[in-house]
Amino acid sequence: MRNRNATAYRFLTPYLLIFAVFWVWPIISSFLISFQATRTVPWRFAPAFNWGRLIGDPAFFNALKNTLLILVIQVPVMITLAMVMAVLLNSPLLKARGLFRFAFFAPVVVGEVAYSAVFRLMFNLNFGIINKLLNSVGLPSVDWFSNVTPAMALIMIAVTWRWAGYNAIILLAGMQSIPEDVYEAATLDRVSKLKQFFFITLPLLKPVVVFCLVLSIIGTMQLFTEPFLITERGGPGGGTETLGLLLYRQGFRSLNFGYASAVAYTMAGLAIAITLVQLWLTREKQ
Amino acid sequence: MSSLSAARLRRSIALHLFLTPLALIWLFPLWMMVVFSTMPDNGIFSPGIELLPHGNFIDNFNNLQRDTDFVGAIGISVSVAVTYTFLSVLLTSMAGWALARYQFFGKGVVVAIILGTITLPYAVVLIPQFIMVARDFKLANTWVALIVPPLFNSLGVLFMRQSFSMMPDDLFDAARVEGVKEWRIFLFVALPLARPMLAALAIILFLASWNNYLWPLLINSQPGSMTAPVALGTLIGLTKVSWGGIMAGAVMLTVPMLIVFVLLQRHFIAGIAAGAIK
Repeated sequence: MRNRNATAYRFLTPYLLIFAVFWVWPIISSFLISFQATRTVPWRFAPAFNWGRLIGDPAFFNALKNTLLILVIQVPVMITLAMVMAVLLNSPLLKARGLFRFAFFAPVVVGEVAYSAVFRLMFNLNFGIINKLLNSVGLPSVDWFSNVTPAMALIMIAVTWRWAGYNAIILLAGMQSIPEDVYEAATLDRVSKLKQFFFITLPLLKPVVVFCLVLSIIGTMQLFTEPFLITERGGPGGGTETLGLLLYRQGFRSLNFGYASAVAYTMAGLAIAITLVQLWLTREKQ
Repeated sequence: MSSLSAARLRRSIALHLFLTPLALIWLFPLWMMVVFSTMPDNGIFSPGIELLPHGNFIDNFNNLQRDTDFVGAIGISVSVAVTYTFLSVLLTSMAGWALARYQFFGKGVVVAIILGTITLPYAVVLIPQFIMVARDFKLANTWVALIVPPLFNSLGVLFMRQSFSMMPDDLFDAARVEGVKEWRIFLFVALPLARPMLAALAIILFLASWNNYLWPLLINSQPGSMTAPVALGTLIGLTKVSWGGIMAGAVMLTVPMLIVFVLLQRHFIAGIAAGAIK
């Protein structure tokens, strides 16, 4: 490698320019905006205006509670499921591997709007195929859209369906990069497959699992489209409202940029805190 | 030996008995999307269980086109995704090349910042981006607004950096001895060698642009400037709307991507799995 400042920066400039204009400045700007009262023209500096409101806003705490609830339940369930998919897809005993891969990986290419529309129809109270199937085995219909618990469950089901395969792809690639001979030695020593998973695969895969967790947490932290489209603007009655939706409503419906920026920074703070805790936890055990 | 293979057979059967229903559940929403898109509206909202496609797709599509200009929106989506993919592949591979092949002042900082942005929620930049593009640059409802701000892409740069750093030095040194300029080495030696990685990156970027929803929803909200997902999203939740039409639109957004996925599965998976290999 050669030391060439001018050449290197010539290659980097277009990318760094976009970065500076559309990321660096906005990161600083949204921090500054969060300390301003933005509903009056011109905006004025009022440090406690938005942050003070945030601390006492029941709508904020409702959105925070919902977001964390989805995070705590959906992310572990999805990562576990993705791990099961990856392990089983990696099995040498599997036939028709291509078909199974297609089934689990296909949702990765499906857009949020398209699948939100399908889920809305499938879970419709009277005419949805899910309730019809529940009825056909003697179970009562579930009102997925007017009660909070089923509505939250629906959001979690939808997100899990969309993203489990994505994480399975990453985990599977990680598994396939573990050298074969580690397992051969263990098999010769008559270590069971289950023990091999817990004592070989899982520890070696830890950085990949952490990567999946971090990406999923940041994604779920910003969850917007599913409660926006499936449960219709965070319904019933704010029961599935997330921080992403609150930000949208405050920023782009009420045009209250200051308050929305405070919400955005809260999301970033939470995401960074959770990421750091996770990195710290995994470093500790290595 | 026969008891061992009997055990293998039992394990194999158990594996397929577990995985087959799970795979069917996973395929079910996609299957239903196709079924709904071929059913008339009064069929979708009827008490019977319908699991097989009907023949109503064209009527549904016409209903969709009546509700919103979906063909126009698809045109915008395709043009934007193609332009975005080309520009983004170029920008990220140039940056990845610089980070992989040169030693320069501030390199550590640049890499650290790029890594750091992966863990930063997009929500933080959303509002100032919107204010800047819509109010300051007055670019709302233009293609530029859809294409340029998403050009910053950290995973793409890291992927290309890794691809270029795996190439042997002598390849480029030979060209340098001949006096070939650095940008020519990049364009005519490095890029052709990185073709499979570029394909993987391009597919992922195209898909991201094709499916992007939040930013296009905010910045291009005028009917004539909407992308296809945004146009379709405006119909969801309306009372007088053709659900068969919405499903026809969903199929048009999804099925082409599924076909690309099947044909180019290897590149797709390489692009997504890039995060795992570090």
